[in-house]
Amino acid sequence: MEEKEFSFGMSEEQRTIKETVARLVKDVVSDNAHDMDEKKAIPPEFIQKVWELGAAVSVIPEEFGGYGMEYSPIMNTIILEELAYGDMALAIAASLPAMFLYPILEAGTDEQKKKYIAPYCDASFKPCTVAVNEPRFKFDPVSLETRAEKKGAAYVINGKKCFVPMANNSAHMLVAAQDDGTHDLFIVSQDNPGVKIGEREKNIGLYALESYPVIFENCEVPVSDRLGGEQGCDYGKFLQKTRTALSAIGTGVSRASYEYAREYAKERVQFGEPIASRQAVAFMIAEMAYEVDAMRLMTWKAASALEAGKDAKRESYLAKLYAGEMTMKITDYGVQILGGHGFIRDHPVERYYRNGRGIAILEGMATV
Amino acid sequence: MINLEMTEKMIQVKNGINGMAKGMLRPISRYYDENEHMYPKELDMFRSLKIMSRPKKKKEGEEKKSDKPAGKKLGSNLAMVIMIEEMCWGDLGLLLSMPNAGLGNAAILAVATDEQFERFGGKWASMAITEPGAGSDSGSITATARLEGDEWVLNGEKIFVTCAERCDMAVVWATVDKKAGKAGIKSFIVERDRPGFKLEKLEHKLGIRSNDTGTYVLDDCRIPKENILGSPEVKQTSEGFKGVMKTFDNTRPLVASMALGVSRAALDFTKEKIEERGIKLDYEKNPNNVSSLEKEFYLMEANHEAMRLLTWRAAWMMDNGEFNNLEASMAKAKSGRYGTLIAQKCCDLLGPLGLSCENLAEKWMRDVKITDIFEGTGQIQHLIVARNVLGFSSKQLK
Ligand SMILES: Cc1cc2nc3c(=O)[nH]c(=O)nc-3n(C[C@H](O)[C@H](O)[C@H](O)COP(=O)(O)OP(=O)(O)OC[C@H]3O[C@@H](n4cnc5c(N)ncnc54)[C@H](O)[C@@H]3O)c2cc1C
Repeated sequence: MEEKEFSFGMSEEQRTIKETVARLVKDVVSDNAHDMDEKKAIPPEFIQKVWELGAAVSVIPEEFGGYGMEYSPIMNTIILEELAYGDMALAIAASLPAMFLYPILEAGTDEQKKKYIAPYCDASFKPCTVAVNEPRFKFDPVSLETRAEKKGAAYVINGKKCFVPMANNSAHMLVAAQDDGTHDLFIVSQDNPGVKIGEREKNIGLYALESYPVIFENCEVPVSDRLGGEQGCDYGKFLQKTRTALSAIGTGVSRASYEYAREYAKERVQFGEPIASRQAVAFMIAEMAYEVDAMRLMTWKAASALEAGKDAKRESYLAKLYAGEMTMKITDYGVQILGGHGFIRDHPVERYYRNGRGIAILEGMATV
Repeated sequence: MINLEMTEKMIQVKNGINGMAKGMLRPISRYYDENEHMYPKELDMFRSLKIMSRPKKKKEGEEKKSDKPAGKKLGSNLAMVIMIEEMCWGDLGLLLSMPNAGLGNAAILAVATDEQFERFGGKWASMAITEPGAGSDSGSITATARLEGDEWVLNGEKIFVTCAERCDMAVVWATVDKKAGKAGIKSFIVERDRPGFKLEKLEHKLGIRSNDTGTYVLDDCRIPKENILGSPEVKQTSEGFKGVMKTFDNTRPLVASMALGVSRAALDFTKEKIEERGIKLDYEKNPNNVSSLEKEFYLMEANHEAMRLLTWRAAWMMDNGEFNNLEASMAKAKSGRYGTLIAQKCCDLLGPLGLSCENLAEKWMRDVKITDIFEGTGQIQHLIVARNVLGFSSKQLK
């Protein structure tokens, strides 16, 4: 492969897509994010509009029902940042199919690709989901307590998952489980009798995104539905991509908080001048500005390694760690800069603060 | 198209300079820390390196070559920040002591006429802006220059001058018209042997002790009229002053990469010790499920990566002819502060090894601190960033 130029600059194509997504976010989401959060629901037509951008389907080869365009992790981080800038709940919801389809595309057997990808390459959005997180103290995606045990021609899955977005509407989900010391992903149908979807969860944030606990009780999955079949999948790579994606989402949420607080601070007058004229406030704004940029650059760095087909273990780990820390710091500053007004739900900064908490804690919610 | 994977060329430059830093700077690092102000004669071999050189002059009519790298060529500013990080991984004080590559040389490179460059280009120039009463507020300097016939007569005191003793000449900032404020500030090349020019003293410092930071006193010091850098005219605007300050848009990423180099030295050493104890950094587990030491280390690495990307972006923009005033200050604000915090934390994690002069960790913690101070303190960088993103003037945000 020919070596690419080292560059911080977007290509024409990257800029065009960024602007397209930004416009959509502005038109569809900006004025509605508050309502969605209050009503605890994302209107399906919003998700449909994002789906119609075709980002996920575009990179799926034609033989499986997509358009066969070039797959680009960097492009995906750009899209995720813009979506999350509009609304983090929508960003996760709208990209769920990618979260389900990309791992199959990358690691699936031919049979799995034929069977599971095509039905989702449809003009209308069909939810499908991923179950990685577990409701317990010291949860760790690299030592899962959900187990898959091979018994004859089936794997038997037992364990508890939480934060499974749109689980009740998803016909399929990818389930992460420990299998004889290694970690694997399994394609599980919702109608499998071993799958029990609990009551919709109540969480600190992402009110608009329906999420559910899912319990697997002697859930039998045919051997052929282990991702990658006999070979299994590269679970490490799966984590690298989801961690990079969460960093992109963190960048988007943080940028939203930063920009809102910045504009507010220019308008809000106390002691006879805008509060932004005081260094204590201005320096917070400066910090927010460069930390948002730093988060984005670290996300791009991890995505660059992935795009080059290289191992991005360290880069994606550090990017997510950083994004987790900084999203909390920035969204906290966002509330602080608005003072008491920041605490009131009429302003979006309190929502960014609640949603932003998820970046450090969650795993496997989106992918690049 | 965005791509942050280092190219072969970048890796080559990095490895090459790292080898040199390891072989030549590290072995003498402690010695010159202990022998404050002694000139590191080992650096003489760099004298012939034309670091601050200009490209060969083009004939009239020929177009000026832009800095933009053609195709995959490595841009000069990006190459420079990579090199400085590696050199400072070796030793920051020694990097600052590279012959003929002072901050004054950077100013000369940026603004000297061809005739001046011919005369002064091959010499070592320090930069003398700071005064006892004027630090961050460099626009308030009080040193004066007055024209008498064919000579400028300079008076004033300059402190904290890097390479004060070992340089051949100084670029001295002085006002030609106090009433004109910043518009009256000009810079002058003053050779060290001019009568009335005196090196008053050298400072004893927290770190970068191998470098000679000193005070100049100018007492009716006379220099030829042609020694002024830029135009002698006092315009009503502060454009001239801003022009000089622009030199710093170029040097801020360089100081940021100094912080990168020193803090990485500390990180690398700490990692070595962590691994010697059989702890494997796997970059995979939930960071709350590893030891506090490991998590702290990961956080430092993440911050270091952030520092580097902000710094490289500012340099890359310069190579591509983009205005980078905001990004240069972002880089320095982040790197100066976090480079300092990283070096401190490494000493903490190293325990008693972080106190002992048997190794260099304690020295790095002392050395790195200067990167959050000179060429605009961290606070001044935050001011620049904030004004930029708020669209505020210096009156709206003091
Ligand atoms: C080792 C060393 C080498 C140096 N080399 C050179 C050199 O080669 N040439 C040269 O000219 N100078 C040099 N300097 C000087 C250096 O650039 C100044 O020390 C620096 O700019 C800060 O000025 P000051 O020390 O007077 O601090 P002050 O300006 O007095 O600042 C003190 C504190 O107040 C803060 N502060 C100041 N103004 C503001 C503001 N408006 N808002 C918020 N906070 C503010 C600062 O951030 C700092 O924390 C060197 C200094 C050192 C220590």
